[in-house]
Amino acid sequence: MIHVIAFYLFAVMTIASGAITILSRNPVHSVLWLILAFFNAAGLMILVGAEFIAMLLVIVYVGAVAVLFLFVVMMLNIDFAELRAGFVKNFPFGMLVAVVLLAEMVLGIGAYKAGALQLGTPDGMAAQPAGTSNIEAIGALLYGRYLFLFEAAGVILLVAMIGAIVLTHRQRGDTRGQKISKQIARRPEEATVNVKPEVGKGVSL
Amino acid sequence: MIGVEHYVVVSSILFVLGVLGIFLNRKNVIVILMAIELILLAVNINLVAFSAFLHDLTGQIFAMFVLTVAAGEAAVGLAILVIYFRGRGTIAVDDVNRMKG
Repeated sequence: MIHVIAFYLFAVMTIASGAITILSRNPVHSVLWLILAFFNAAGLMILVGAEFIAMLLVIVYVGAVAVLFLFVVMMLNIDFAELRAGFVKNFPFGMLVAVVLLAEMVLGIGAYKAGALQLGTPDGMAAQPAGTSNIEAIGALLYGRYLFLFEAAGVILLVAMIGAIVLTHRQRGDTRGQKISKQIARRPEEATVNVKPEVGKGVSL
Repeated sequence: MIGVEHYVVVSSILFVLGVLGIFLNRKNVIVILMAIELILLAVNINLVAFSAFLHDLTGQIFAMFVLTVAAGEAAVGLAILVIYFRGRGTIAVDDVNRMKG
């Protein structure tokens, strides 16, 4: 019973906060509602026993992606009222597309429920062994059968990180940076000069 | 009892909400990126639900990879957004024609 109540609570909260995310006037509020949606989705995943993915969702999305969004939203000085201009105009077409998409999904689920589609059954190779925790089984699978995919995911993150840094890094003209090549190329004979100043005339540098 | 159908319904609604968000906020690229995150979240819920109800952990592994790609996409997308804002002073993307030549 508590399972059913928890499911409906998390499901309703996920969908409601997702709706407010896209309808909210202020993007800062949108980000905060998005965080709530992610938390409730993590709750949904815990209900089916996928604790590791749920924790990952909270850590990656709430801890990293949402904070990144908040940074960008708050850092850029944007006139949000102007960006809302086409909202009402786009509403009918957007709703039409959404309703068509939902109808297609309902049709697909209906066809699946009616037994018209054969999705097959898992071969059991990736089943969770009895007596192991979720994270244990995922770890064994991730560092065994899916090791190369795991490495590829790491490469994707590296490329994304370098890409983001290269895109946003800018050389500012008004700052004095260290020019290492110039420092190394400097020789004593061009850096120092021997002068014999006449008394009372001073030196020109 | 809660079955996989309930999860499929939730993720379908969330997916449609994400698509609707892209259509409603055509100008505001930040909200478009958030709508894409919602879509990917719906996909993740679907993957995890089927993984749990079919007793096959592959779905959860794939949800992890979707998460990885989503994080990279958000980082690169926001970086592009920042340089776009730097160059034009606005993030209205409904008339991006800079690369039209």
